[in-house]
Amino acid sequence: MAQGQMAPGIVSGRLSSDELTSNFTDLHPPLAPHEAAVAADRCYFCYDAPCVTACPTDIDIPLFIRQIQAAQPQAAARTIFDQNILGGMCARVCPTETLCEEACVRETAEGKPVEIGRLQRYATDTLMAAGEHPFDRAAPTSKSVAVIGAGPAGLACAHRLAMLGHDVVIHESKPKAGGLNEYGIAAYKSTNDFAQAEIDWLLKIGGIAIETGSALGDGISLDGLVQNYDAVFLSIGLAGVNALRAQGADKDGVRHAVDFISDVRQADELAKLPVGRNVVVIGGGMTAVDAAVKSKLLGAEHVTIAYRRGRDAMGASRYEQDLASSQGVRILTNVQPVAVHGNGSAAEIELEYTTSAGGSLTGTGETVRVPADQILKAIGQTLEGAPEGLELDGNKIAVTGAGRTSVTGVWAGGDCAAGGEDLTVTAVAEGRDAAMDIHANLTT
Amino acid sequence: MADLKSNFLGISSPNPYWLASAPPTDKEYNVRRAFEAGWGGVVWKTLGAEGPPVVNVNGPRYGAIYGADRRLLGLNNIELITDRPLEVNLEEMARVKADYPDRALIASIMVPCEEAAWKAILPRVAETGADGIELNFGCPHGMSERGMGSAVGQVPEYIEMVTRWCKQYYDRPVIVKLTPNITDVRKPAAAARNGGADAVSLINTINSITSVNLDTFSPEPSIDGKGSHGGYCGPAVKPIALSMVSEIARAEATHGMSISGIGGVTTWRDAAEFISLGCGNVQVCTAAMTYGFKIIDELTAGLSEWMDEKGYTSIDEVIGRAVPNVTDWQYLNLNYIAKAKIDQDQCIKCGRCFAACEDTSHQAISISDDRVFEVIDEECVACNLCVDVCPVDGCISMVQMDVGEIDPRTGKTVEPQYANWTTHPNNPMAKAAE
Repeated sequence: MAQGQMAPGIVSGRLSSDELTSNFTDLHPPLAPHEAAVAADRCYFCYDAPCVTACPTDIDIPLFIRQIQAAQPQAAARTIFDQNILGGMCARVCPTETLCEEACVRETAEGKPVEIGRLQRYATDTLMAAGEHPFDRAAPTSKSVAVIGAGPAGLACAHRLAMLGHDVVIHESKPKAGGLNEYGIAAYKSTNDFAQAEIDWLLKIGGIAIETGSALGDGISLDGLVQNYDAVFLSIGLAGVNALRAQGADKDGVRHAVDFISDVRQADELAKLPVGRNVVVIGGGMTAVDAAVKSKLLGAEHVTIAYRRGRDAMGASRYEQDLASSQGVRILTNVQPVAVHGNGSAAEIELEYTTSAGGSLTGTGETVRVPADQILKAIGQTLEGAPEGLELDGNKIAVTGAGRTSVTGVWAGGDCAAGGEDLTVTAVAEGRDAAMDIHANLTT
Repeated sequence: MADLKSNFLGISSPNPYWLASAPPTDKEYNVRRAFEAGWGGVVWKTLGAEGPPVVNVNGPRYGAIYGADRRLLGLNNIELITDRPLEVNLEEMARVKADYPDRALIASIMVPCEEAAWKAILPRVAETGADGIELNFGCPHGMSERGMGSAVGQVPEYIEMVTRWCKQYYDRPVIVKLTPNITDVRKPAAAARNGGADAVSLINTINSITSVNLDTFSPEPSIDGKGSHGGYCGPAVKPIALSMVSEIARAEATHGMSISGIGGVTTWRDAAEFISLGCGNVQVCTAAMTYGFKIIDELTAGLSEWMDEKGYTSIDEVIGRAVPNVTDWQYLNLNYIAKAKIDQDQCIKCGRCFAACEDTSHQAISISDDRVFEVIDEECVACNLCVDVCPVDGCISMVQMDVGEIDPRTGKTVEPQYANWTTHPNNPMAKAAE
């Protein structure tokens, strides 16, 4: 029986513990002080800087980089946290290559932007390592707000409300707070249990209680919350996953990529985590790349991303695509799954070539079979479990202004709310802005 | 290839780059390395009088000012003249000169302001075979408090007197090194000429404190919690040096005097600028201390390349070329009118020109919603600040308006004739135009 990477089926222990530890260390190691100084010196302190415009949370990037230049990384961190209390996680997971760093004028000038993300991490890590929480609570207002979901939007909203003197209770359905920061983000971007450390640090503001294992519909209802609290913020994320419409999609070995990623994030021992020898990931977004790269890092011999459209249409940035390629992931484009073959368990996936001629995607009839003992579906998440009575906008909760839903006293933000990209940083911005709107509403 | 051979005061060297009297020229080992690297000459680290040598501090001697990426822009030092015995230095100088007869070797000297002291040391220096001497009247720290260095350089009468002694007791070229820590550098230069000096060299270092330690509140460099002003040098002082050199080059009392240019020479271009302002050669220190002796390769190749491009075949053809163009403000042509022009293809949209102009100047640059920056000719006074703060070389330029065009700022037609402040109607002292 073949061992290691060559072992057939979905098995654990393809790589040694040492190899796994090495594979799952920081993908982008933090900047040392000298590196940070060199990187910071490249910032031009632009007028009305394009990087700030590109940042969903409007962090004053030239200011915080100038503060690093001036040898005050902790002051830089305060500048960041003023706008984005999860600036530490965003520094790790933001697709900066399509946000601030894409807008950087040195990208225009030299094709090499200022390393804003890594500088942000340098600043925020420095402050957080000092164990300080940089904000004080305002005097208590005796108002209380319920936040549903302890993901980035909920945490950002709760922190801002607590800072303004309101009491906050967060209901979180999962055993741990953090949302996708805890269960979704690629493990090689958030090492050393950073998500939980960040939450512990964030909660130092005081005034925030988190009740885990507490979900809407499970003893709590929106009506009840509206009655018991002065305001409600919904940040329930996208709990549902799209189904794969292909023959044989119910065979063993076919599962949702988000579940796989969650397993990796929650694994006590990576060596015990099973992964296929031939993994095929269906989809073209960040989840697909994360799942594919993780599979490879766990020791899968062959990992393929199969995406139904061309590279340019992929949700994952070119940078993320290149990351996958550099880890040995093959990216197949313009193919869609039509059947999963195998005797009980998946053994092969049959993909049909597609064409987008005329605007609509159609199969060409030509197919190819790729060995696949594990198939990970990363074809999008959907809103699930939204309370009755809320107006929807497409598949998401409809909001106006700073996250106001159709129900008075109820706000929503993050992935569950319509508008904005499904990014951590966008969720933080929406949570923060909703908090400011709630605050204005409660104090006038 | 242009000939870089230098003949300064009859002292020949293969190129016009001498290492200035400073730490890099304190001993035989360093000077041999410099000559092997290709330097044209050295001015040996300043010799003191016979007897126990001076002592230096045993803590930091240097402080620095940095630009982006910790690029050293200015260096400050509190080191004194050589702290090695006179005999040792003289022996080493003689050995080195014998081994490198084609290189210039100059002895820098600083002894008390007494005729006997100079009379005593000069014959001994002459015995080494050195090509000339440089009188250190510039050192601003330590020695000046003992009545030497810049304490002499700040009193033209002393300069003249000591120079005269040197010309009397020494038969090779005498160069007087000037301090910039003075109001009008033309005065000491004229004094040197009156004393018979063959040349002046300038600038020596500038009184400076590079920074203050905000934990201990000691100036840097700090010695046991205290600091003292040192001598500032490096790229940051070049503009001051160029100005002082030009003053001497064009002043009536000193016009035509040989000058050895010193002060922040870092690349070939700096050297060409000093030479064009009237210097017969240049002396380098901080650049060598920052990057090592190998920079001589760029200094010589670059100067040669530029001379080839311009068709100059010898250094002599370059000396003083810019001097006639140095004038007083009152003679600048007020009918020369320019406007800033931004090359949109080169613009990277950082907006620094806008911030500078809008906040601190003339509100003459506009910004559009999509970050296109354009000059408003009606407001632009051609101050050049936008050019200076733009990170892209060549993106913004000053374009001269043609005669006959109307300056949209003033509504006046650009006149063809030269006209300056001396005849301007706003000048209460204006002379009537002839």
